[in-house]
Amino acid sequence: MDAIVSLVAGLLILAGTFFAFVASVGLWRFPDIYSRMHAASKAGTLGSGLVLLALAVHSGDTSTVTRALAGIAFFLLTAPISAHLLAKAAYVVGYGLTKSSVLDEMNESKKID
Amino acid sequence: MTIFGDFLYVAVHIGLAILSLTFLITVIKVIHGPTLPDRILALDMLVAVAIGFIAVVGIKTGYTLYLDIAIALGLVGFLATVAFARFIMARGHIEEAEEGRPRLVSSENSLLAQSPKEAAIRPLSDGGPNAGKPAGATTGNGESD
Repeated sequence: MDAIVSLVAGLLILAGTFFAFVASVGLWRFPDIYSRMHAASKAGTLGSGLVLLALAVHSGDTSTVTRALAGIAFFLLTAPISAHLLAKAAYVVGYGLTKSSVLDEMNESKKID
Repeated sequence: MTIFGDFLYVAVHIGLAILSLTFLITVIKVIHGPTLPDRILALDMLVAVAIGFIAVVGIKTGYTLYLDIAIALGLVGFLATVAFARFIMARGHIEEAEEGRPRLVSSENSLLAQSPKEAAIRPLSDGGPNAGKPAGATTGNGESD
């Protein structure tokens, strides 16, 4: 039982840190703010959530497990809201999409009737 | 039995190394990022990396007390991102320049334009040699920068 817990916690740590690293690479590699937001808000949240899940698996007591799961639920609730607010604010103010993007559905002047 | 314990030990240290690298890359993105939303997004990412650090250190040392701090840090990061998004909307319109580096062109339809100080500046900046002076100099409401 202890061996299984150690194995699962180790795998969750490796997966979570890998996703966090991929998110930080995506911050550099993607062309505009809207596609960078995909990397930071989805992969970053998944990374920290997986590491918190590893902590919940590793520590046996109920209070730590409850707090870790509450933290995961909290981040899963707040990360899409903050990313959506930031994208909406950046679009309204006029930060453009990248040159290779093919569709801008929020732009009223380019809308096809 | 002890093989899996060693695996957890190795995984914790590899995880700390990868998280340190992630933190460094994200901090450089905060400094480098060409626009303000990039920096805000990198700050949001930085909060997630710090929470991952707290969880890995909690596994390594057994101190799960910092988990409360992680939840509070997530709340602060969320509120900071919301406040920065409001700040971007209040700051006004941005027009992409030729080099891709945006500049501030006007603040119409923004929250700042509704404030009385901006309304006092607005007719003053239509013409005249002292267009750049603060509004308190002529309206005389005792405001000083």
